[in-house]
Amino acid sequence: MSPGVLAAESGVGSFQSFSVALTVAVLLCEFAMLRAPLSRSQVRIYAVQSLLVSGLAADVAIARHIPDLFAIVGLSLVLKVVVIPLIVLRLISEAVVDLVPSHRLGVATMVLLGLVAAGIGLFVVGAVHVHSRTLPTASFGLSASAVLVAFLLVVLRADVVSQAVGFFALENAISVASLVVAAGLPLIVEVAFFFDLLVAVVVFGVLMRVHHRRTGTLSTSALDELRG
Amino acid sequence: MAYALLALLVAPALAAVVSVFLPRWAVEALAVVVGGGSFAVAIILVGNPRVDALNGWLSVDALAVVFLLAVSFLYFLTMVFTIGYLRAEDQSTETWRRGRLLFVGLHLFCWAMLVAPLMSSLALLWVAIEVTTVVSALLVALDGTKRASEAAWKYVLIASMGLGIALLGTVVLYYAGSAVLGTHYDLFFTQVLRAAHRLPPQVVRLADVLAVVGFGTKVGWVPMHTWLPDAHSEAPTPVSTLLSGALLAVSFYAVLRYFEITERAVGAGFPRAVLLGFGLASLLLAALSVAGQRDVKRLLAYSSIEHMGILAVGMSFGATVAVAGVLLQVLGHAAAKGTSFFGAGTLLRRFGTKDLGRIKGAISLLPRSGPMLVLALLGLSGLPPFGIFRSELMIVEGGLLDPDGSAVVVVVVLVLLAFAGLLWTTGRALLSPAARPRPARASEPSRWMAGAMFLGLVGLAVLGVHPPEQLLVLLDHAARQLGAGR
Repeated sequence: MSPGVLAAESGVGSFQSFSVALTVAVLLCEFAMLRAPLSRSQVRIYAVQSLLVSGLAADVAIARHIPDLFAIVGLSLVLKVVVIPLIVLRLISEAVVDLVPSHRLGVATMVLLGLVAAGIGLFVVGAVHVHSRTLPTASFGLSASAVLVAFLLVVLRADVVSQAVGFFALENAISVASLVVAAGLPLIVEVAFFFDLLVAVVVFGVLMRVHHRRTGTLSTSALDELRG
Repeated sequence: MAYALLALLVAPALAAVVSVFLPRWAVEALAVVVGGGSFAVAIILVGNPRVDALNGWLSVDALAVVFLLAVSFLYFLTMVFTIGYLRAEDQSTETWRRGRLLFVGLHLFCWAMLVAPLMSSLALLWVAIEVTTVVSALLVALDGTKRASEAAWKYVLIASMGLGIALLGTVVLYYAGSAVLGTHYDLFFTQVLRAAHRLPPQVVRLADVLAVVGFGTKVGWVPMHTWLPDAHSEAPTPVSTLLSGALLAVSFYAVLRYFEITERAVGAGFPRAVLLGFGLASLLLAALSVAGQRDVKRLLAYSSIEHMGILAVGMSFGATVAVAGVLLQVLGHAAAKGTSFFGAGTLLRRFGTKDLGRIKGAISLLPRSGPMLVLALLGLSGLPPFGIFRSELMIVEGGLLDPDGSAVVVVVVLVLLAFAGLLWTTGRALLSPAARPRPARASEPSRWMAGAMFLGLVGLAVLGVHPPEQLLVLLDHAARQLGAGR
């Protein structure tokens, strides 16, 4: 085997290992959000998670020669790493928030449930045999796990900020899935997704404010009048 | 005809922007003109349902036109109703400030719902439906009460999470298509459909399930329905009307697009079985829940879940007549549910409550809208001569063509149960004598509100008694497009 081929294969191998490591870190961020006692910490972890997703996108853009992805990296850095966390942190600062953890279950139980959810995500995707040309297939399984853990985050935390962060984390997990299997999605569509996310953030922010104004708290325990 | 699509893309958004500045009379006039104009454009498209614009990024076919008709009809009626709804309130500046916001929000909401069926790309279809969520969530909270903010929060959270799943379905479908179309393509529905035979079946199945669960959350199928009764009951009445009559249908449209691709890729059995499961669960829950409701808007919300269940089950039958019935039911549901919610809003304005236990003698105290509400509820329950009777008959007829007719028996039993519950619960409030001491005199809160009900009732009757020939041809084309009869 020629040294050039060896170098290329070694480059591919290190790219794959690095990208899997980034995806694992994205999933670990969700576990960290799950156990973080305060909303403020969750928002900061969300910013870190978004930074990792931006890094993964940049990694794919360079390694797979997809220049459109750099626009996504830029948007992601500005919106998800800076703007959204700042908006949410400002909202928390303005509210007179009860600094009480909002876990519905014990931390150990939540993490165990998270592990089960992550396992299910990996198992289901493994059964479907998805093979990506962009990133290792394991990354898709990890992103499916991150989707399910984001759902747990919404269900198991009883305050509006954590629930909103859960939704944003879900969007990050889907971004990773999109990088694995749909990196070639047209730029116009990707930009539309980002615009949509921004609008959703504004609406979540408005409704969080309305909730705080009506109930004087960010806890969802006051949301008990309607039974679905 | 491309101008028709561009008009639908631009006019409602423009109306929303200029409504921020215009005086009240102009806002009201614009609402009627743009709502009516949108409906007129949709009618024009009935005769010519194969149009595209903007290099193919916008396009319609028979299926899309059916949904454009439903949304635009309700857009027009809701705008007429809203004029009366706001005039029946006190006329303070503060009230009109909220009224202006309501008009702006309704235009934006209808814009997003009209744009969704125009989208050629499945990714942009998802974006349009997500926009309907964010706009309508703000509208649900518009009344500013604690209950309204609670309903809005539940709605935006559950619907957004559901749409997250739908987005994952979109991404997975893109992956399936990339096996045939290459790694860079626009995810146009027609591209994917043409390549459907060569798509990896297992991946298409996964995309279909994710799309049904995701968009099904907004359709209101059980068990993802929990946001629906709360949002419908706490939103201002014009918003409830659009949520129920149009938004659920638009989300169902997205499900049908995935149904079409999956049916072509892996055969009809799988997507029909998925819909049958969600449909029967929704029908069962709705049939058991309708009878116990005291809140008239919550009652109508459960009736919506029932109708959405019927749509899913009808699709699972697969016969052409059943699928055409499903599409007719989309139109009938828009007309019947619109009229019924208008009636509920009129009751609210007249009696100051949504509690059916505290409403007495509505039919005598509301000389025009009272009888019209009774007729709308009869139509909603599936009685002749209204459109829902015809569509449900077609669905049952299609179900009977299936050699295993057990599902159709279950459907008939549950529909009858819901019918009895709806009429029993509302009959007492509408037909019982007025409470003593009797209010001063029988009167309508607004002629605009009664006028919107009348138009809705006319639409419902036309669909039942004599639907236009061109419409029946359109429904037949759309049903065949969905693989009916294969």
